Amino acid sequence: MAQAAVVFENVSKRFPGANYAAVNQVSFSVQEGEFITILGSSGCGKTTLLKMVNRLYEPDSGTITLFGKGIATQNPVQLRRNIGYVIQQIGLFPHMTIEQNVATVPSLLGWDNKKTRERCHQLLELVGLPAAEFSPRFPHQLSGGQQQRAGLARALATQPPLLLMDEPFGAIDAITRLGLQDELLRLQKQLGTTILFVTHDINEAFRLGDRVMVMNEGQISQFETPKNILHHPADPFVARLIASARQQEAFWEDLA
Amino acid sequence: MDFFSQLQSYFAQNSAEYLRCLAEHIQITLLSLGISALIGIPLGYCCHRFQQMGRWITGIFQVLRIVPSLAVLILLIPVLGVGLLPALVALILLAVPPILMNTTTAFAQIPAFYLETAQALGMDGHQKFWRVELPSALPQILVGVKTAAVEIVASAAIAAKIGAGGLGGLILTGLGLMRTDLLVVGGGSVALLAMCIGLIFELIQRRWMPYASSLRG
Repeated sequence: MAQAAVVFENVSKRFPGANYAAVNQVSFSVQEGEFITILGSSGCGKTTLLKMVNRLYEPDSGTITLFGKGIATQNPVQLRRNIGYVIQQIGLFPHMTIEQNVATVPSLLGWDNKKTRERCHQLLELVGLPAAEFSPRFPHQLSGGQQQRAGLARALATQPPLLLMDEPFGAIDAITRLGLQDELLRLQKQLGTTILFVTHDINEAFRLGDRVMVMNEGQISQFETPKNILHHPADPFVARLIASARQQEAFWEDLA
Repeated sequence: MDFFSQLQSYFAQNSAEYLRCLAEHIQITLLSLGISALIGIPLGYCCHRFQQMGRWITGIFQVLRIVPSLAVLILLIPVLGVGLLPALVALILLAVPPILMNTTTAFAQIPAFYLETAQALGMDGHQKFWRVELPSALPQILVGVKTAAVEIVASAAIAAKIGAGGLGGLILTGLGLMRTDLLVVGGGSVALLAMCIGLIFELIQRRWMPYASSLRG
């Protein structure tokens, strides 16, 4: 049986000065190799939840366990080097070439140059950026979609067992986004990486996730397979969410 | 004797002296620029990190900057006498503010998500500073250093007034003797030097910071 990759137990987080908890008594468990999408509107606590996994935020209470080990006692710097991280703004460092960017974590881990170089090239090819062409370029010379591919390559450079993604395709046009989603699904099957993927786009969440975690006001409304959520929405909020997607679909059918 | 033959004969007879003045001028410039950078860049970073302190330091230098460099020179004579030292002090007081303020801006305008990404990738505080913050800030810091360098080159000409040497000496002699050739040689050289400095900084940026243009918005 697969090991639990991520376990939250009664985790709460409230920011100083806020009237309510951003994440409120959340418990769940994710198996190794699962692709989890976390869906909710802005302010529902989904990004806060994600950032507690690599200790960018510290929970006020509750415990978080990754691959059987509690994170509270681990060195946060070492912990983060084993967790891939991709954000909407991509955050490729503008003063580094694509190759240097992808090599960030290997270089922090002190890999030798040859190994790093080979790995970078292999990863750039993997995400569909021919290494010979792209490795010497700077981020601003790439399109948004290409930049996000490079961002993905950087996050995967040391083949971390866990990948955190915060609306990675949010600022990318619809056509490119579909391509990137397919690519990510393929990569995930190939590498077996556990992924937590935050999005506010219901289509994206249901398309990518093995299971979808629907969040509302700091709590999990429902955490099941897309099919189960579709057929058995757990509460009025989830039902409204499904209805809105249906409405969108109906609009397209009408138009056609 | 027409003007150009005057210039010609000046260089023919005084090239050694001219080169000495030029070398002195460059020396004063580099020395005061180096010291200003050593003061201004760390101080600028501190102003970014500790904003309370930043307001004080920036305020002090803003006020000091208003005092004309000639006045600073004269005021320094009773304290430091004449010669190279008071000239250096005056030039440094002049050059620190642009370096300091550009450095503060440079660090302040790095988008927060770069720093968070650096942290999320597993950099500790030092690595984040040396690998991400400083390189991202460098082009803007360089703008400050360049501004300071040009100001120093121009103001160093005034420093001759208190015996610091340099191209200013030629200009002062020219004024005293009503010799247009000396004025043109001195003034022209200062102008050329200032332009060269601008060019050098431009080249540094193109060669080592090809990404600089992408940082400005």
